[in-house]
Formats: sequence, C-alpha cells, structure tokens
Amino acid sequence: MASATDTAELPVVAAAATLPTDDPHPETDGHRWGMVIDGDKCTGCQACVVACQSENNLALNEENRVIERRAKTWIRIERYWEGEWPNAKARFLPVLCQHCGNAPCETVCPVWATYHNPDGLNVQVYNRCIGTRFCANACPYSVRYFNFWEPEWPSPMDRQLNPDVTVRTKGIVEKCTFCIHRINRTKRQADRDGRPVADGEVEPACVQACPTTALVFGDLNDSESKVSELSHSKRAYSLLDALGTAPAITYLKKVDPSHVDEHEEHGH
Amino acid sequence: MQEPVTVDRETANRELLDFVFSWPKWFFATTGLLGGVITLGLIIFLLLMIFGLQLFGYAHPVYWGFPVVNFVFWIGVSHAGIMVSAILRLAQAEWRRPVTRAAEVLTIFSLMTAMTFPIIHSGRPWRTLYWEFPYDWMRGIWPNPRSPLVWDPAAIFTYLTSTVMFVYIALLPDLALARDRVKNPIGKAVYGVLSLGFRGTTRQWRIQAIAGILLSALILPIFVSVHSIVSWDFAVTIIPGWHNTVFAPYFVIGAVHSGVSAVVTVMIVMRYAFGLKNFITKDHIDSLARLLIIVATVWLFFFMLDFMFGLYGTEPAEVDTWQRRLMEPPWTAIAIIFIITGYIIPVGLWLFRRVRRNFFLMFVTTVLVNIGMWLERYMIVIPGLERKSNLTFQYGDYLPSAAEFGIIAAQLALVIAGFLVFSKLLPIMPAADIKEGQILRDEIKVGRARVPATMREA
Repeated sequence: MASATDTAELPVVAAAATLPTDDPHPETDGHRWGMVIDGDKCTGCQACVVACQSENNLALNEENRVIERRAKTWIRIERYWEGEWPNAKARFLPVLCQHCGNAPCETVCPVWATYHNPDGLNVQVYNRCIGTRFCANACPYSVRYFNFWEPEWPSPMDRQLNPDVTVRTKGIVEKCTFCIHRINRTKRQADRDGRPVADGEVEPACVQACPTTALVFGDLNDSESKVSELSHSKRAYSLLDALGTAPAITYLKKVDPSHVDEHEEHGH
Repeated sequence: MQEPVTVDRETANRELLDFVFSWPKWFFATTGLLGGVITLGLIIFLLLMIFGLQLFGYAHPVYWGFPVVNFVFWIGVSHAGIMVSAILRLAQAEWRRPVTRAAEVLTIFSLMTAMTFPIIHSGRPWRTLYWEFPYDWMRGIWPNPRSPLVWDPAAIFTYLTSTVMFVYIALLPDLALARDRVKNPIGKAVYGVLSLGFRGTTRQWRIQAIAGILLSALILPIFVSVHSIVSWDFAVTIIPGWHNTVFAPYFVIGAVHSGVSAVVTVMIVMRYAFGLKNFITKDHIDSLARLLIIVATVWLFFFMLDFMFGLYGTEPAEVDTWQRRLMEPPWTAIAIIFIITGYIIPVGLWLFRRVRRNFFLMFVTTVLVNIGMWLERYMIVIPGLERKSNLTFQYGDYLPSAAEFGIIAAQLALVIAGFLVFSKLLPIMPAADIKEGQILRDEIKVGRARVPATMREA
C-alpha cells in the first residue's frame, strides 16, 4: 500500500484545466477556490480539525461515536508511519473535501443535492438531500459524512453555534464547504467596496487556525495568488491522482532532509 | 421417462382451481406466521423513522449494507418471470406451461419487495417518497438523470408494469373460469369484473393470444435492461470492485441463475401445498435443472471474468479488493460458502438425472443456490466500500445489525405472503394454458410414435 507521499514528481497541477469535465455550471465570476496543503509544514496538531468542528457546528465526537466510526470530521488528519521502529517517522496528511472538478459524488445523487457551484466549489444542499448516501460511497476520499443523529451540544456549548452555518438534521450527508459562508461574506464586502477580493482575504477556519501555515487558501484562477504559485511547486501532487477527479486541493510533498541527501532524485 | 399425466378437462379445472375455493388449515397458520414477521419488519421500519439509520450497521466509510444487497437479490429473483414465461414461450418450450404464472407472480412480489429497500434505507424516507416517486421531470427543479438511482426506478417500474400486464392478460381466461365456478356471490362479482367479460369467443381468444405473444416479445429488452441498470448502480462509480464493465451481463445471468432456482423451489412447494401432483411433474423439474446447469455455468464464467479483469487491470485498489474478498478472514469463509452453495454442490448434483428428478434434492439445491447468490451480492457490494482507496486511515469494516436481519426476514416473509395471498385469491396455475398444452399434446400424438410434449422443441 503506497502512501500518498510516494506519488512524487507527477505533473498534476493543471489537471483541473485539462481534464474533460461535465460541469453543469461553467465558471462565471472568475473564482476557482483551491487550497494547498504543505506536507512539510503540517505537524499533525489537529488545530484545523478543532477549528472546523466549532466553525461549522459539528456535533461533539464522543468516544462511542469514534469507536463506531460514525464521528464526523470534515477535515481529518491521516497519520502514517514511515519506516520501522526506532526510525519510524510520522507522516501527516490533512484530508478534507477535495472539491473535485470531476466529482464522483455529484453525478450519482438522484436529487442533485450536490453540485458544482460557479466558484468551483462542490456544494451540498442539505434540504434536497434524501440520504441515499450514494455520494458518500462514491467519494474515493471518504470525506462525506452521514448524520446518524440529530446534532446535540451539551450546555453551554449550544450557545456558541455559528449563526452563519446551518445545523444539519439527521438523515442527510454533509461535508466540508471550504467555509462557503466566509467566502460569500468576503465577496459581498468586496462588492460593496467596489474592489476585487484580495488574495488571502478569504480564510476557511482550518486555514486560519493552522499554526504553521501548512494550509493556504485562495483563488486558483488568479495566477498571482499564493495558492496558484504554491500549486505549481515541484513538490505538488494531488490525492489519488490516477482517478482523474481533478481536485481543487494540491498537496506539497514532505521534504525529508535525510532522504534528500541520499536519493535526491526519488524524494523522501 | 415419466409419462406426462393427462387428466380430463373437468378434473383439470377442479384441481387447478381447488386452492382458490378451499381454505386449508395450514394457510391460516402460515399467513399468520408470515404476518407476524412482517409486523416485526414494520416495527423496525417505524423505529427507523424515529431513530434514523443509527439502528443499521452503517459506519464510515461503508454506507450501504444489507438493504442494498437484498435489493439486488430480490431484483435478481424477479428475473425468473421473463426468463420462464417470455423466453420459454417464444422458444416454444412446452414444459413451461404450469410454471409461467408462478414465475411471474414471484416476479411481481419480489420486485415490489425490492422497491421497498431504497425507501427503508434512505436517511429521510418521507423525502425519498416525495421527491423520487414520481420523479420531478415536469418542473425540472432537481432532476439529475446522470444518477443511476434515477435509472433504477425507471427500469424497475417498466418491468413491474409490463409483468403485471403480462400476468393479467394470461389470467383473463382463468378469471372467467373462476367466475363461472365460484359459489359465493361476492366472489362471482369480483371475478366477473376482473375477467372483463371474457366469454371464450374465438375473437377474445385471438386477441388474448396475440397480446400474450406481443408482450413476450416486447418484454425481452427489459430482461436485459433491468439488472444491467441495477448493476450500473455499482459499475458507474469508481469504487474498486464495483467499477467493472462486465457487471451488466454478469448481473443479468446471475439474476437468471437465482431467479430460475427460486422458481424451482416455489414449484416444488406448490406441488405439495396445493396438491398439484398431476401438473408439476418430474419432467418440469428436470427441464428446469438442465436449463440451470447452463445458466449456472455461464454465470460462473462471468464471475471468473470479473475476477480476471480485476487482476489483469493491476490497479492496486482493485487487486486489494479481490485480495480481501478471497483471502481475508471474514470474507474467505463467505467466498467459500458462496462458491460451494452457488455452484459446486448444485451443478455437481444436477448432472445426475436421478437428482434432477428428485423433488427433495432439487428443493435443497435450489435453496442452496439462492443462499450462494445472496452471498455473492454481499461480496460484490461490501468489500469495495470497506477498502475504497489507498488512504488506509479510512479503512472500516461493516457489521450488520439486528435491525437489518429483522428487515431482511420481513422482506422474505413479504414475498412469500404476497405469493400465498395471490394464489388464494386468484388461480396461480394457468389453467387455460395447461389445457391448451394438453390439447396440443393430443394433436401431436399422430403416427406410430407417441412423442411426449416435453421433447417437442428438441
């Protein structure tokens, strides 16, 4: 089983632009939101997970729910061990909805509860969802979560819910939205001010919380943006690239000094 | 060779309609028991509406389980209807006659049962009912015709509608017969309305026969389409173990395998329960068993193809799925039981004429086939979801819950009860068709040779 960090020098960055898509909503207002996740900077601290949890009104993942594998974490840190003890190294891979340009989840929904919006986001319409869970099955990254329960928060945590984010009912599928409420708020503000959205002005909760700036968010259509620049890095790869899902998230390979010295060509 | 039993027309009428007019004690006991199991299923469904799908064994990342397996299984069983009635009718296989209606009725009830699964297992069943049935093409608000879950109801409803029409047209003469014989006035009125004034005139017979043959031909595309479309629920996704081009024919032939086996099981039960010793004979079982040997072997071939395509693709996730299906602990046992009960024992035994002509052994082997075919669907649906990609962090196993077992028992009871109630209210044996067969048989006894009808198509 190859860890994702093995897929090294693949030219994946332009994938979204070159792959044929049957996108029903062509990009109209010029944004294509994307993220770069730097494996070299990620320390696996889980700050993004906690930030996401509180920003997006996710119910508490109590112990039982984790044991039952029914915990919801829109962003999760996958941890791999590389090498044998005592030289084992932990590798961290934050996995969230990849907002694929060619999303496997979008085609299978019978009620079109999930679709591609003009900003290149893969959005879930909670009211439409009937809970077939076909999208959750079809997603190769398994980043779609089903609501087995009505969400509940112990007092006083129920008072800190984010008013911008819907509290999802039982029986539907939900997932990372790239904090679409923040994107829309920023876009509205920029509209009012009569200026374009500046690079770095929109930050999803996970990006904002990351202490090492391993997560970078921005507009991929803006060639000047930091996220565009980083996504053209030599270390760039996308997750499960062979499936051709054209993710909006680019990962940057971990730089391992000890390996770079020995096998510079092969990486890690 | 066993001589086909010929009974005079009066005896045939009496014996074939006997069950409609009599009330044996076991009928009440059996329907009572089945009703109990169905009630249990309804209670579970009610609990599901209240508590949601937490009662089922779903957990990240396996979001489909027993209900979908059972959906595929019952759609598969329903394939017997077309296979036996339409294809064998067009192939002029004489021995099909007593079997046709049982197969079609089995089709109707297994289809209806299968259709309850998408409702039961969806997160919000009330919305599924409201938004999927009927599908909102008119206002064009949220149609997503790219989804296989939209193709499914289309295929299944087409199949259900055409099968109901097919059964009804074949029923007309028998309904007229029941109308003429029933004593109680309510029954007379009901059969009178249902038989649409069928009096047995030449014109009526001609229209009835033409309609039957036309429907047999028109129904053939559905034979291919229904289970192909069900297979695309899986094949069009990119889940390892699902994403496979061979799925459509593989599912269709598997459906015929389990469906025809189910028909044999049902026939043997009917023979003893309804006292049809004169009409369901060893010849019928023998012929169906021979058909099954071919079907089962073709099905095994497609299973091997599925396996080989998985390996030759050398896609890591796909190979992993096959590794899991065949080598990893819980699945190895399932795979072994599935191949032994689905193919090795039944086909191995069917090769012997004495087995093919033994009702008990045929009953056991055909039940085994359906156990094997159920496990086959289980093996198709679950392992791919448990190991969806190389992201090992999201591996997860599926463990069915008690509620799921309860639902499945209730669904089985629903099919059996539907079949029983149908055969109580309407003639389950196609009396007119059987009598026609006897007349045809009389007519071909010309010359010195007395040729049994079961051999006529050869």
